[in-house]
Amino acid sequence: MSLAIRCRGLVKTFPGKPPVEAVRGLDLEVRTGECFGLLGPNGAGKTTTIEILEGLSAPTAGVVEVLGRAWKTDERELRERIGVTLQETKLADKLTVLETLRLFASFYARGRSAESALDEVGLGEKRSSWVVNLSGGQRQRLAVACALVGDPELLFLDEPTTGLDPQSRRQLWDVVRALRGAGRTILLTTHYMDEAEKLCDRVAIVDHGRVIAQGSPAELIRSLGGDHVVEFAFQDGLRAGELAALEALPGVRAARAEADGGALTVGEPHVTIPALLAFAEREHRALARLSTRQASLEDVFVTLTGRHLRDA
Amino acid sequence: MRDRHPFLQLFAARLRELKREPGVLFWIFGFPLLLAIGLGIAFRNEPRTEVAVGVLRSAGAEAVAAALPAERGFRASVLTDAEAAHALRLGKVALVVVPAAESGGAPEFRFDPTRPESELARVRVHDALERAAGRVDRIEPREAPVTEPGSRYIDFLIPGLLGMNIMSGGMWGIGYAIVDMRSKRLLKRLAATPMKRTHFLGAFLAARLVLVLAEMVLLLAFGWLAFDLVPQGSLVDVVALCVLGACAFAGLGLLVATRTAKVEIVGGLINLVMLPMFVVSGVFFSSERFPDVLQPFVRALPLTALNDGLRAAILEGAPLSEQLPRVLVLLVWGAISFVLALRLFRWS
Repeated sequence: MSLAIRCRGLVKTFPGKPPVEAVRGLDLEVRTGECFGLLGPNGAGKTTTIEILEGLSAPTAGVVEVLGRAWKTDERELRERIGVTLQETKLADKLTVLETLRLFASFYARGRSAESALDEVGLGEKRSSWVVNLSGGQRQRLAVACALVGDPELLFLDEPTTGLDPQSRRQLWDVVRALRGAGRTILLTTHYMDEAEKLCDRVAIVDHGRVIAQGSPAELIRSLGGDHVVEFAFQDGLRAGELAALEALPGVRAARAEADGGALTVGEPHVTIPALLAFAEREHRALARLSTRQASLEDVFVTLTGRHLRDA
Repeated sequence: MRDRHPFLQLFAARLRELKREPGVLFWIFGFPLLLAIGLGIAFRNEPRTEVAVGVLRSAGAEAVAAALPAERGFRASVLTDAEAAHALRLGKVALVVVPAAESGGAPEFRFDPTRPESELARVRVHDALERAAGRVDRIEPREAPVTEPGSRYIDFLIPGLLGMNIMSGGMWGIGYAIVDMRSKRLLKRLAATPMKRTHFLGAFLAARLVLVLAEMVLLLAFGWLAFDLVPQGSLVDVVALCVLGACAFAGLGLLVATRTAKVEIVGGLINLVMLPMFVVSGVFFSSERFPDVLQPFVRALPLTALNDGLRAAILEGAPLSEQLPRVLVLLVWGAISFVLALRLFRWS
């Protein structure tokens, strides 16, 4: 199987007092044609990693191979073959959408027309609008279009939906899904677990500059031992020792305390929930809350780190 | 697919951005014109400075006023004591004459000797009263007033304004614009494409040159239409000086922008570079006023070289071949700052 990106032992330390170790020995393999996600909380080292892979900053140590080439020796060729959106780039305010795209298109020897890239991200109607008059979601789609005008084999998207409203996020997801269908390799970073689950074939969970788990979203969730999560809370909180008793209930693979109650990872909710209710009755505990849902990458992250993605 | 060459796309984008920013257009074109109009009015050359004199209302007032006729450059008005004091305080009259109480007595002059126009009035009124009293002048010089274009304040001013505009346009138009792009991470985004760095910087410089030539045409045309100032030297030399100056200041603008990440900081840096030259490089008054020990430093500044060069070319018709030291100063500033800037430049 051919690899679009391979990196081994990637380290990036920013000088300072004390020095900041943003990336500490990160290994990654992205296969040609897949959509790969770097998932992790803010400050995990995702942007530092992706900017090294994009050849915009040099690693302190480690080996990076992109499309079988090295940045040091083949920068010109690689620039022609990749497309990039950075986190929060502001394009020139007073150029129109089409002018901006034509400008970017002119940098590439081959590539495609600005108009077709516009249609691909669904911005055709806005072609004559100034960038300053676009909404956040439209600007982000324009940024993706700028990355597409070179007809790249490999596309980097750094936090593509951060700060967007729910509708704009869904529109951008549609754009990315269509790109994946077209056979390109995509590497994206995100701190939204739903985004990684919906868009990515495979995900690397990054924390403190290292990959702590890697696989398809389904594989990672399956590694929890159960596909469902039962969340509950008792009227006056969880008592000492109760968590261990709950972990012993039938069908429970893992139990953890949450803010005001607990979460059980279970294989079969219809086995565990009656047992949980019986437990509450036996112990004279009143349930304040009980819900069940599909397990998510968030649960994987919590299980691995003991922290939630959103507040890590 | 290339619609057009990347250099042309970058150049067109830069011009479009400038054209669509009304504030920028005002600073480039409106501001120097307003300055020229304002200063031109304030320092316009009058036929001869009129001396306004107040004469205190008294028995001898008419005789004194008659000795100060308008055709000899006086404007005498007979005033009461209170009016005279008021007019003197406001500067409406430069001097108040109190006529002598009895004929043959000496008049009294009330004036502030620290004010040059009052001192001038004292001398001229005294002179006029002496003549009226019967003094015979043995020498009567012929007067040949100099008012032709080339030696008035506005003539000094127009090349200076052009030089100043080339400086601030280069510093803000290149330095500020690049730091603004860096702070928005647009520079980094461009560095992530196959764009050639020389195309990018070349397009900035080319857009700058177009503006400089437009500014030059505007200011020279204004000087010609409003003040009858016709450039003496060849226009090619004037254009060459403008281009050299634009390159020198584009280099300096690029240099202050090499690593700065915040627009607030680059604003301060630009002012730090420009302010000394505003003062010493002869924009509003001649740089010759500074002491001789400072002259080598003053003349080594790019704005001094540009202003002096433009004045020599526009007002005296000096060809470029007679201005080689100034040309050299501009070339050296441009070359050193470009080389340094390109070596230090950061895209992120």
